[in-house]
Amino acid sequence: MKVLVPVKRVMDYNVKARVKSDGSGIDLANVKMSMNPFDEIAVEEAVRLKEAGVATEVIAVSCGLANCQETLRTAMAIGADRAILVDTDVELQPLAVAKLLKAVADKEAPQLIILGKQAIDDDANQTGQMLAALLGWPQATFASKVVVADGKATVTREVDGGLETLALSLPAVVTTDLRLNEPRYATLPNIMKAKKKPMDTLKPADLGVDVAPRLATVKVSEPPKRSAGIKVADVAQLIAKLKNEAKVI
Amino acid sequence: MSNYSAPLKDMQFVLNELAGLDKVAQLPGYEEATADVVEAILDEAGKFAGGVLAPLNRIGDQVGAKWKDKAVTMPAGFGEAYQQFVDNGWNSLGCNPEHGGQGLPKVVAAAVQEMWKSANMAFSLCPLLTLGATEALELCGSPEQKHMYLPKMVSGEWTGTMNLTEPQAGSDLAAIRSRAVPVGDGTYKIFGNKIFITYGDHDMTANSIHLVLARTPDAPEGVKGISLFVVPKFMVKADGSLGERNDAYCVSIEHKLGIHASPTCVMAFGDNGGAIGTLVGKENEGLKYMFVMMNAARFSVGLEGLAIGERAYQKAVAYARDRVQCRAIEGSPAPVAIIQHPDIRRMLMEMRSRVEAMRALAYTVAAAHDTAARHPDAAERAKNQAFVDLMIPVVKGWSTETGNELAYLGVQVHGGMGFIEETGAAQYLRDARITTIYEGTTGIQANDLIGRKTAREGGSTLKAVIALLQQTQAAVAQQTGAEFAAIGKALATGIEAVSRAGHYIVANFGSDVRGVSAGAVPFLRLMGIVCGGWMMARAALVAQAKIATGDPDPFFAAKITTARYFADHALAAAPGLAQEIVEGGASTLALPEIMF
Repeated sequence: MKVLVPVKRVMDYNVKARVKSDGSGIDLANVKMSMNPFDEIAVEEAVRLKEAGVATEVIAVSCGLANCQETLRTAMAIGADRAILVDTDVELQPLAVAKLLKAVADKEAPQLIILGKQAIDDDANQTGQMLAALLGWPQATFASKVVVADGKATVTREVDGGLETLALSLPAVVTTDLRLNEPRYATLPNIMKAKKKPMDTLKPADLGVDVAPRLATVKVSEPPKRSAGIKVADVAQLIAKLKNEAKVI
Repeated sequence: MSNYSAPLKDMQFVLNELAGLDKVAQLPGYEEATADVVEAILDEAGKFAGGVLAPLNRIGDQVGAKWKDKAVTMPAGFGEAYQQFVDNGWNSLGCNPEHGGQGLPKVVAAAVQEMWKSANMAFSLCPLLTLGATEALELCGSPEQKHMYLPKMVSGEWTGTMNLTEPQAGSDLAAIRSRAVPVGDGTYKIFGNKIFITYGDHDMTANSIHLVLARTPDAPEGVKGISLFVVPKFMVKADGSLGERNDAYCVSIEHKLGIHASPTCVMAFGDNGGAIGTLVGKENEGLKYMFVMMNAARFSVGLEGLAIGERAYQKAVAYARDRVQCRAIEGSPAPVAIIQHPDIRRMLMEMRSRVEAMRALAYTVAAAHDTAARHPDAAERAKNQAFVDLMIPVVKGWSTETGNELAYLGVQVHGGMGFIEETGAAQYLRDARITTIYEGTTGIQANDLIGRKTAREGGSTLKAVIALLQQTQAAVAQQTGAEFAAIGKALATGIEAVSRAGHYIVANFGSDVRGVSAGAVPFLRLMGIVCGGWMMARAALVAQAKIATGDPDPFFAAKITTARYFADHALAAAPGLAQEIVEGGASTLALPEIMF
């Protein structure tokens, strides 16, 4: 069974995001970039499936600038067997990524696609769902446990009321939540081997996908600063304020 | 509380722009050490250091290694962390691929070692000692010894120790008394007591391999009669499995000022009939073998000074940003974070600039070591080896003295809270304190620097270094602007000071060895700050070139500012040190001994 793992290169989670002065986006100049943490969990899960003898090959795929290669090397250091870079300098939106991934999936014919439930930069939480829809495959999002056996994936999902367990026929799309696993530290020999693992580079045109943005970013701004609180004299005043000013009760 | 975040950006900058990683990667056998692979290695090592080793630093300090019934128990978590360290292949990073190592160059190993040492210095000593023992066996062991021990020591499945010191034989190893008696079957029975044996016993691995200096029955007196033996904790059978417990026990551990998690053992060999050992190399050559490894060990301890300085700096910056106290001196509506106060700034700049200078110098020396080992041209190898030999005492002596100063400043930035153990800044100060002592005190380093490395060769390598310094100064003089004017002026003054002191040492070492030796440590300091200033000037030149190409990264402007600080403050001390060396010997020695 082949497993495809899409990974996204994002600003490192330790970096404090700064909005560009013209409000056009986040300033990424000279910022440390890493693999989206949810995707790292996806790579780990796929590699565990391979180690358990369930998966035969793990393929990492990333769409974006050429330096996404570093992110793919990281995926291969964790244990992915090979990688595909869809190289483009167009700003990619979830729909475009989903279309690219569909085209890659059509070529590679994986039985399972595991990816992060969302990326920590735009928090869109759309790519996995769109991909499943485009492929016409079943999907299980926010997975906290994945068991693959007998041509089926049994996925436990974290939902508001607790845990939900779904059975999916394969091929299927699974998106990962934080508690699915704890990604390993890559070993030194594997970091060095990752350099020698195969990496293919494709262009969106090779896949017949138009990646032009469909949405325009109007403005990006910092969250409003929290203003100082006040002390209320008594419960009555508190309730009045909650009712009339905050309008929450 | 005690977060450590590997300074990846500065490490990468130094490796790629100052140490010349690209040139090292062209040396035979180092082809894999390309910039992208090294970046991935540093990234992951940084995660491991910050995520696994750093969180154990406090508990290691508070609980420490414990001794009971001739065995040492490590603090909770150390065994698991060590296993993970080994499983992930970090122990084998710089080792020979023939025995399972990754064969990476020393310049890469240096950056990774810096991380282990910043994150948890007490932990880092275990793989460091294993590495020393591994190198000794690699260099001088028989094929059988290599086959029996090296694969498991390279992987880290077994650890190694170095048993040199005895109560009467510390800095002076000629006084060693441990005995080795041939049994007749090619093995020896070892008898004697060793002290200060780092990780002499612990519970993290199934076996420990002790390398022990001892005298054979007919050995000549003094340094010429010392042999090296390999003595396993458990005997190793022909199939590699473990046999009988050998007669080598840890009979107590020391209670120390710092590095509490690192067990400093008193080892008893042969109290119950004799510890079985085999000779490494030839009889009576033991000390020579030890000296071969001494450069590596001294370099690594130098890295400890840098590493502790870095950790203390990170903690001091975090506290200075967080702690609000007093209004700004020029007036402010409310109290401000103490990072705004000029004297706190001075301390933080002091820490930052010296850390960066130490790192640049250490990695540059490591790269020269790689070139000296692997360059196809013999003249190039010899030139680099001479540079390494001259610089080892500087890296060791200056970086550890400076590391102590920075840990001191780290406490000072914290004010009263720094004196409180819970804050954590005090641990760095206590841990740093050993670094100027072990692997040869600062005094020993300084004597090596002025004697063997300078006076004895007529100052020829020193002159070559001065020529390099002058090249950098000339390049600085080509630049415009106040920053480079200040850097150039300070560097020129520094070069003059080194030349003056160097001439004095070479000219007077024969006629007034005591007077010259009294200035040995000031000369070591002088070399440290001038070579550090040289590195910072080189860094500033690279940064300026990057800025000129339109690179907007604020890292480069900060580098120039930091280089300027180093020139204004550290290099400013150079003429005074030269004065102390040239004029100060007499007053150091004038007082009759009876007056003390």
